[in-house]
Amino acid sequence: MQKLNLQNQVIRQKTWHKILFLMLLGLTMTSSIFAQRTVTGKVTGADGLGVPSASILLKGTTSGTVTDLDGNFSLNVPNNAAVLVISSIGLTTQEITVGNQSAINVAMAEDAQKISEVVVVGYGTQRKKDLTGSIATVNEKDFQKGNIVSPEQLIAGKIAGVAITPGSGAPGSGSRIRIRGGSSLSDDNPLIVIDGVPLAGTGSSGSSTAGIGGIANGLSLINPNDIESISVLKDASAAAIYGSRASNGVIIVTTKKGHKGEASQINFSSVVSSASVINYVPTLSGDEFRALVNKVGNATQKSLLGAANTNWQSLIYRNAISHDENLSFSGAFGDVPYRISLGYLNQNGVLLNSNMERTSAGFNLNPRLFDDHLRVDVGFKGSFIKSKFADEGAIGGAVGFDPTQFPYSGDKIGKYQGYFEWLDPSTGLPNSLGPRNPLGLLNSRQDESNVNRYIANAAIDYKFHFFPDLHANINVAIDQANTDGFQKKDSTAGSAAIQKGANNIYLQMRSVKTFESYLNYIKELKDFRVDMMAGYGYQDFYFEGKTKNLNLLGVPQGDQSPSVTAPINESTLLSFFGRANLGFKNRYLLTATVRRDGSSKLSPGNQWITYPAAALAWRMTEDGIGSGVFSNLKLRVGYGITGQQDGIGDYNGLKTFTPGGTTAQYPFGNTYISTLRPAGFNELLTWQKTTTTNFGLDFANLNDRVSGAIDYYYRETTNLFNVINVPAGANFTNRILSNIGTLENKGIEVTLNLIPVQTKDLTWAVSFIAARNANKITKLTLVDDPAFVGVETGGISGGVGNNIQLQAVGAPKNSFYVYQQVYDNAGKPVEGVYVDRNGDGKITVDDKYLYKQPDADYTLGFTSNLIYKNFSFGFVLRGSIGNYMYSNLNSGGTFGSNSLAFLYNPARNVLETGFQNSQYFSDYYIQNASFLKMDNLTLGYDLGSLLGTKQRIQLTAVVQNVFTVTKYSGVDPEIAGGIDNNIYLRPRTFSLGANVHF
Amino acid sequence: MKFNNKILLLTLMMMAFTVSESCVKDLNRIPAYDITSATAYDDPANYRAIIAKIYAGMAVSGQQGPAGMPDISGIDEGFSTYLRQYYNAQELTTDEAVIGWNDGSIKDLHNMKWTSANEFLSAMYYRVFYQITLCNEFIRETTDAKLAARGVTGDATIKAYRAEARFMRALSYWHALDMFGNTPFVVETDPLGAFLPPQTNRANLFAYVESELKDVENLMIDPRQNEYGRADKAAAWMVLAKLYLNAEVYIGTSRATDCITYCNKIIAAGYTLEPKYENLFKIGNRLSKEIIFAVRFDGTRTKSYGGMTYLIHAPVGGSMKPSDFGINGGWGGLRTTKELVALYNNASGKTDTSDTRAMFYTNGQTLEIDDIGDFTNGYAIAKYKNVDQAGKAGSDPDGNFPDTDFPMFRLADVHLMYAEAVKRGGTGGTDAQALTYLNAIRQRAYKTTRTALTTYSLDDILNERGRELVWEMHRRTDLIRFKKFTTSAYLWTWKGGTKTGVAVSDNLNLFPIPAADVIANPNLKQNIGY
Repeated sequence: MQKLNLQNQVIRQKTWHKILFLMLLGLTMTSSIFAQRTVTGKVTGADGLGVPSASILLKGTTSGTVTDLDGNFSLNVPNNAAVLVISSIGLTTQEITVGNQSAINVAMAEDAQKISEVVVVGYGTQRKKDLTGSIATVNEKDFQKGNIVSPEQLIAGKIAGVAITPGSGAPGSGSRIRIRGGSSLSDDNPLIVIDGVPLAGTGSSGSSTAGIGGIANGLSLINPNDIESISVLKDASAAAIYGSRASNGVIIVTTKKGHKGEASQINFSSVVSSASVINYVPTLSGDEFRALVNKVGNATQKSLLGAANTNWQSLIYRNAISHDENLSFSGAFGDVPYRISLGYLNQNGVLLNSNMERTSAGFNLNPRLFDDHLRVDVGFKGSFIKSKFADEGAIGGAVGFDPTQFPYSGDKIGKYQGYFEWLDPSTGLPNSLGPRNPLGLLNSRQDESNVNRYIANAAIDYKFHFFPDLHANINVAIDQANTDGFQKKDSTAGSAAIQKGANNIYLQMRSVKTFESYLNYIKELKDFRVDMMAGYGYQDFYFEGKTKNLNLLGVPQGDQSPSVTAPINESTLLSFFGRANLGFKNRYLLTATVRRDGSSKLSPGNQWITYPAAALAWRMTEDGIGSGVFSNLKLRVGYGITGQQDGIGDYNGLKTFTPGGTTAQYPFGNTYISTLRPAGFNELLTWQKTTTTNFGLDFANLNDRVSGAIDYYYRETTNLFNVINVPAGANFTNRILSNIGTLENKGIEVTLNLIPVQTKDLTWAVSFIAARNANKITKLTLVDDPAFVGVETGGISGGVGNNIQLQAVGAPKNSFYVYQQVYDNAGKPVEGVYVDRNGDGKITVDDKYLYKQPDADYTLGFTSNLIYKNFSFGFVLRGSIGNYMYSNLNSGGTFGSNSLAFLYNPARNVLETGFQNSQYFSDYYIQNASFLKMDNLTLGYDLGSLLGTKQRIQLTAVVQNVFTVTKYSGVDPEIAGGIDNNIYLRPRTFSLGANVHF
Repeated sequence: MKFNNKILLLTLMMMAFTVSESCVKDLNRIPAYDITSATAYDDPANYRAIIAKIYAGMAVSGQQGPAGMPDISGIDEGFSTYLRQYYNAQELTTDEAVIGWNDGSIKDLHNMKWTSANEFLSAMYYRVFYQITLCNEFIRETTDAKLAARGVTGDATIKAYRAEARFMRALSYWHALDMFGNTPFVVETDPLGAFLPPQTNRANLFAYVESELKDVENLMIDPRQNEYGRADKAAAWMVLAKLYLNAEVYIGTSRATDCITYCNKIIAAGYTLEPKYENLFKIGNRLSKEIIFAVRFDGTRTKSYGGMTYLIHAPVGGSMKPSDFGINGGWGGLRTTKELVALYNNASGKTDTSDTRAMFYTNGQTLEIDDIGDFTNGYAIAKYKNVDQAGKAGSDPDGNFPDTDFPMFRLADVHLMYAEAVKRGGTGGTDAQALTYLNAIRQRAYKTTRTALTTYSLDDILNERGRELVWEMHRRTDLIRFKKFTTSAYLWTWKGGTKTGVAVSDNLNLFPIPAADVIANPNLKQNIGY
C-alpha cells in the first residue's frame, strides 16, 4: 500500500518532467529572430561606468540582448522605427527610438527605486531603508565560487555572526549552520525558507520534521546555481515573524526569476573540478610500527607482524574529478516572465566509491496581470540525486590498520575477496572484535540511494481594484521527497562474512504541505508610511519509512516488525501572524510583529504560544546628523521573543504504548509474545524561548564606497531543551526531554564593505566581517544545586559511553571536562598522572575540570574582489579564534588497544607521549584549533562577445580550500563539535569553469 | 469587474475561514502505530503483551532487539539491561570477577571506588525503578473495578498476571533494598509524571516486600504449573527465603526460621537437581527441573547486548575459542581473581580438577592479575555457553545472541540457604537434613565419589556458595551477610584498588543513590558516606 504511494509519487514526478520538457522546447523555438541591421552601444550609469548585464529589448518583441561587463552591447534591429527598452535593476528604464543611429550610448539615471531597494523578509518585502532588524543579504555576485554543491556554502564567511562549518569531504555533505552561536544545547539549525516556503529538515531524527533520509544532506537537493540571493534574519525583531522556529535565525533563499520586459536569455555554464586530499592523518609507517611492536609488544604480538610497508590512507583516497553543467532560459512572454533551468552535477568523492549525481530542473513563472493587480508566482524546483556512499568506517580503519600487512592476502581462492583480514583461528572467520581491511570495506559494500525531491509552490497576490492599498496573498506549496536505497554486501566480504552477507533496503517518503495567506495594507500619506500585514499559516509535516535488513540467506538482521520500522509520523503547525511597519518622515521607523503558533507536537494546554517583537530605527542622516559624510546612518534597537521546537518528537506529550519488535519478544512457554511498553511522556513540554535584544548601526558614506553595520546582541534562551533525569519511579523512563535551563549568548558583529579603488578599468572591493560571541549556561536544574556537576555530552570513541564534554552552569556549552595532565621536566606528559585539583590526596572524578570549549570566541571573514578590465580576481579568507579541539585520534591511538589476535597502528603522537594505555580524559589532548583558512581563490576572464554579437563568454578558475594556518596538530582544525575522530578529509579542489551567455 | 472582485474577496475569506476551522483539529495528532493509553486496556490481548514487557524488562534493553529503542538512557543501550547491571553490581565488586575494559567508571566497581556518579550503578538503580513503574502501571490498571468498567473478560488469567506483576515489583524492591537501601517508594496508587516519590528505608521496604509476597503467594499459580518464564508461587517463596536469610543485614533481626519455612516449601514443590552441573548454563536449561525462575533469551527473538549475550561473550578472550561457546567472537573482558580460584583447591593447593564447577580457562592466562586491563591476567571462567548439550550452537546464525536462559533461582541455592539458616539458628530444619542437601550438591559436582560431609561450618557454606553459584549474581549479598565485603576479614586481588587488597569503608555495603536522582527528587537523602 505504502509502496504504491511511493510509486505514484514517482509517476507524478515523471509527468512533471515531461511538461517541463515541452515548455522548454517551445521556448527555444521562439527565441530565434530575424535581423536586418546591427546597432552597438554602451550603457553607462550615473557614475559614468559601464553597466553590465543591462537588458536591451526590442519593444513589442521578445528579442534583445544584455550588456557585457563594460556595458557594451550589440543588437540586430529590424528597422529605424524600432524602439529599444533599456533596463537594469536599480536604474530607471529608458526607451530609445533607433532612428538612423548605428551607435547608441545610453546614460542611465539612478532609479528612485534604488533607494527603495527591496529586501525579502518573512511574508513580503521591505524597502532596505525601512529595515529595523538585523538582516544581511548576499547576492549572487558575492557568493562563494567553485565546486559548490549545497546552497548554504554559498555564504560561508560572508555574513558576520553566521558560522558555516562544512561537514566533511563527502560528496554533497552538509554544513553546520550556527547563527550567533546557536541558541540551544541541542538542535541549533536555522529555519530555511525558499521562495516563501519554510522547509522542514531540522527536526530530531525519527520525527515528521526530520531531514530527508538516504542523502548526505537534504539541502543539496537545491541547485545552488538557481539561487539569486540569500538573506539571513539574525535578530528577533526580524525573525519573530517565524515565531516558534526562529530562535536560531532564519535563512531566506530567493531563486532566480525572469523579469518583465526582459529580453530572452540563454545561459550555459560548466565547471570541471579535480579534488585531492592535502594531508593524510599522520601514522606510523610499516617500519616504524615494526620497530615499536618489537620494542614494547609481547611475543604473540610480534608474531602477528607482517613484512609490508602499506600506506593504507593512500589506498583509500583518490584524485576525484567532478563536473557540473547548468543551462537556463529566461525572459518574458509578454506579461509572463519566466526562467527555466536544468542542471546536472556529477561529483566524485576523494574516498573511493563515493559519488553523487544530481539532475535538477526548475522553473519560475511570474505573470503580472490586470495592470499588475494580480501577481502570480509559480515555482517548481525538482531534483533527483543518485548517491553512492562509501563505507566511511574505512577512514578510521585506514588510519589504524596495521601498516606491516599487505592489502591483499594473496589467497588464490579469494577468501574475503582476496583482502587481508585478521582471522579467528577457531572459526576461520574474521575476528569479530578486530578491524576490517579498509580497502575491503570500501570495495565490498554497495550502498546506493535514489532521492527525488520537488518543491512546487504557487503564490497569488491580488491588489484590490477598488482598494489598491490592500492586497491579499495566498501561497500554497508542497515539498516532497522520496528516498529508496539499499546496502549490499556479499557473504565473501570480510565485513559481512560472520553474518553471511547483508542486503538492507529502505524506502522513505516525506512531504510538507504549506498553506499561507495574508492581507497587506500599504499606505503612504504625507509624512507617514503605513505597512501592515496579517496572516494565517498551516503547515503539515508527514513522514513514513520502511526498512528491511536481511542477510543473503534471507534471514532478518535487524527488527522486522512493521510497528517498529515503518513509522508514520505527522505533525501540524498552525500560525497567525501580523506585522506593522510605521514610518514617519522616512526617518523614524517602527516595526512590530506578533506570531501565534500552535503545534500538534505539544499537549493540549501547552499548544499555543505567542511571540512578540518590536524594533525602532532612526535614520539619523535624515535629521542632518552626519549627513555631510554619510548617505545613510541608521540606528536600530530591537527586542523580541522567538521559539524553537525542533528536538521535540511528534507525540512527546501523549501517553502511549510502544509496540515491541519481533526481536525483542519475550517467551512464555513456547510462545513468543510481542510486548507493549508504556512510553515516557512529558505533558508539560513546551517551546524553547529566546529573548533577544539587538542594537545596531548601519552606515554608508556619501559615495557608498564605505558601508557596513555594527550590531550588539544579548540573547537569553530559557526553557532549554534538556534531557534530564526524572525522579525514579515517577515516569516510564529515567530521562526525558524537558524544558529546564537557561543559556545566554552575547556578541558583537561588525560588517565593513569598502571599495578602495574604483576607476574606469579597475575596481577593487573588499568586505570584512568579524563576530564575537560568548555563551554561558546559567541554569540547568530546577533547584539550584552546587553538587550538580552537569550533563555529560560529546561521546568519544574508546570504551563505551565515554564523554569528553559537559554542560555545566557558569560555563560555555559543550565545555571539555578533563583531568589536568602532569608533565615531566622534559615537558613530556606523564602517563596516568594528573593534578589533584581538589587536594584530597587521590585522583577521582572530582579532579576533573572544565577546560576550554569547541565554539570560537571570534569568527572572521574577508572577501576581496578585484576587477581589471576583463580580468577578475577574488579570494575569501575565513578565520576562527579561540575554538578548541579534542584529538580523539591521538587519545585513542595508543599501543594499549592492541590485543593478541590483531594489531592497531597507534597515532603518530604516541611517539611523543610514549603512552602505553589510552588516557582519554587528559587535557593534553585538548588543543587550540584557531585557524585562518583561504576558502576560495578565483581568477576570471571575460572574453566578451568573442563568437558573435550576442554571446558573452566568461572563464573562471577556482581553487577551494587553498591553505590553512593553524597550530592544531591534526589534519583539519575545523570540525563541528570539537571532537576530531576520523573525518572524511576535506580535499583541495581546482575548478575550471566557463559561462556562455546568449 | 467590481462584482467579480467582491466575489474573489469573499471566496478568499471563506477559504481562509474554512481552512482554519478544519485545521485546528489537526493539532490533535495521534500516532499511527503506537497505541494510546486511552484504548490500550480495552483489548484483553494487550494485557498479555504488557505483562510480557514486565518480564522482558529483565532480559532486553528496549522495544527493538538487540538495540534501537531503549527503555532507559544515559548509558550505552547494551549496558542498560537489568541483568547485565545486576551482574556488574553483584559480581564485579567481589572476588568473583574483574573486567578489562575502559568504559567510563567501570573499573571503579572492582576497585570499590564507586561514587554517586557511577553510571553502571545508576543504570542498575534506574532499571529497578523502571520495572517498579511498569508493574505499578499494570497493577493500577487491573483492579476489579477497572476491568469491570471496561467489560474485559478472562479475569482469571488477568488476575494471575496481576499477582505476577506484584511479584515482579517485590523482586525489584528486594533488589532496591539489598543494593540501595533507602530508596524512593512508589506504589500503584501514586500519580505519574510531575510527582516526587517519598524516600523509604530498609526496614519499611522489608516489611512491604514481605507483606506483598505473602499476599501474592496465594494468588499466584502453583509451582511448576505456570508457563515457563512466568513466575509461580515458588519464585515468591524464593524471594521471601532470601529476604529472611539476609534479615539481619536488612533489619538487624534474624529471621532464619522463616527462611527455613520457605526453603521447605520450595523443596517440597518437587524440584530436583539437574544431573549434570554444566547443563544448567547451556541451551536447553529451560528443561531442567532444578530451575525455579529464569530470565529467558532467544537468539533470534529475544535479543539484547546485555543478559546472556554479555555473560557469554564478555568472558571469552585470549586464546579461547569462540566456537566452543557457540558465538562468533569474544569481548575479552571478564575474568576472576586468584582468591576465587583458590576456593576450588584440593588439599595440595591445586585446583581440584574433578570438581566440574571449576570451569577455569587457564591456557595463556596468568593466575595473578597485575593489570586488570589485560585479558590474560587472571583465569577466565567458561561457565555460560550458547551451545546445547550436544555442543551445537544456538539459533542465531550470526552467533551473536544466545538461546540460553539465565537461571536466576535454582534448587541448589535453596539447599545452601536451608543449611545456612539452620546453622544460623533457625528452627524447622536439622543439621542432618542440611548435610543431605549439601552432599547432594557436592555429589553432583564431583566427577569422582567423595566422602559425604558430616559436619559443616558457616564458612563452609560461603565457600560452597562461591563454588556452586559463581557468577550467578549472589556474591555481593553473600559476602555482606558474612561481613566479608568491606572488612579485612577477606581480601582479594585489587579489593579497594590495591593489588593485594585492602579493607574499605563499611558504608560501601550500600550503593549510593545516583546523584542524578538526588538532584531530580528533593525528597531523597544520600546514603551515609557518599
